[in-house]
Amino acid sequence: MGIVAQLITSFIAAAGFGILFNAPRRSLIQCGFVGMAGWILYFILVQNGMDSVPATVFGAMLVAVFSHIFARVYKTPIIIFTVSGIIPLVPGGMAYEAMRSFVVNDYFNAVQYSAKVMLLAGGIAIGLMFSEVANQIIRKVTLRVKKVS
Amino acid sequence: MLAGKIMLECSAETYRVEDTMDRIAKAFGIENPQSYATPTGINFSVDRAEAANFMRIAKRTTDLYKIAEVNRISRMIVADELSLEEALKSLNKLDSNRYFYPNKVQILAAALVSGCFTIMFGGTWTDFLPACIAGGIGFAGMLSVERLVEIRFIAEFFASLIIGLLAWGFITTGLGLELDKIIIGAVMPLVPGLHITNAVRDLMAGHLVAGVSKGVEATLTAFAIGAGIAAVLAFL
Repeated sequence: MGIVAQLITSFIAAAGFGILFNAPRRSLIQCGFVGMAGWILYFILVQNGMDSVPATVFGAMLVAVFSHIFARVYKTPIIIFTVSGIIPLVPGGMAYEAMRSFVVNDYFNAVQYSAKVMLLAGGIAIGLMFSEVANQIIRKVTLRVKKVS
Repeated sequence: MLAGKIMLECSAETYRVEDTMDRIAKAFGIENPQSYATPTGINFSVDRAEAANFMRIAKRTTDLYKIAEVNRISRMIVADELSLEEALKSLNKLDSNRYFYPNKVQILAAALVSGCFTIMFGGTWTDFLPACIAGGIGFAGMLSVERLVEIRFIAEFFASLIIGLLAWGFITTGLGLELDKIIIGAVMPLVPGLHITNAVRDLMAGHLVAGVSKGVEATLTAFAIGAGIAAVLAFL
């Protein structure tokens, strides 16, 4: 039941966030799908022994790729899809652990967790940025091809 | 200009705001529009030597629907399907329109999100319902406090305080198993995911001022949530 439960919950979670952010009603399904895809990739990678930071990078990349596709197809701003898609990858649990350790004066663990949170947030940023760059390159290359022909 | 204001109030990325304003201006035959947007204000002038218009952005909410609508309108303007008057009329209508999902739906969504996150972070199904309830009530608390006090920071602090107390209550009454998992799940609807992504995208696009200020906003929110939870943990 592991992966199926993860699939369903991540879909609902991402689509629910779409509602919280007041996304247009017709794009809620796509929001859920983007979030589900990103989270499942991350989940499988972590299950197979990958560190959570690179797994987050790949998850964020997949989210961004799908968002670009949906944004192109449905002619809506890409932000709608990335925002709800990225939510499952946000290191909320880790940030909570860090805060908790600070409160109980366990600074050793607290700093460790905080560093991890920073790395994970950076991983999300890199993943998003990477697909942005790829998208720009593709766009420029196709433009050039059009000009030549 | 109005398009820019609406978009900023709904927390679009600033580079998208500038891009939209430039495109609209170009579509109306202005050759050299200059726009500069930050999360708290926009400058726009028709040409380099012309007088600049300034507009202050007082409040910021999250409204992806309006961003999408402004986007649609600006596309229509660029495609010459809307005249200046028509575009202004439809933007005005959009600005005064308070289209939101009803509060009940939002709270229900928050509750579902909380429960799902509990499962995603490795919680058990026993904790699903407690997390749902805590998340829903926490979000409802935030909405009502935000109506009383105009400071978002305080509202988020109270919401996470409520969540912490509820989670602790569920544990002591034996309804929930793991305190950590319930709290993490319930807190997720409050997490400033939108601001984080926006900050990153603005920074990538070279809008350093906007990116940094949004990053600070996200950090403040995260701090407020953490402080609320920490207060509960420290005193119980």
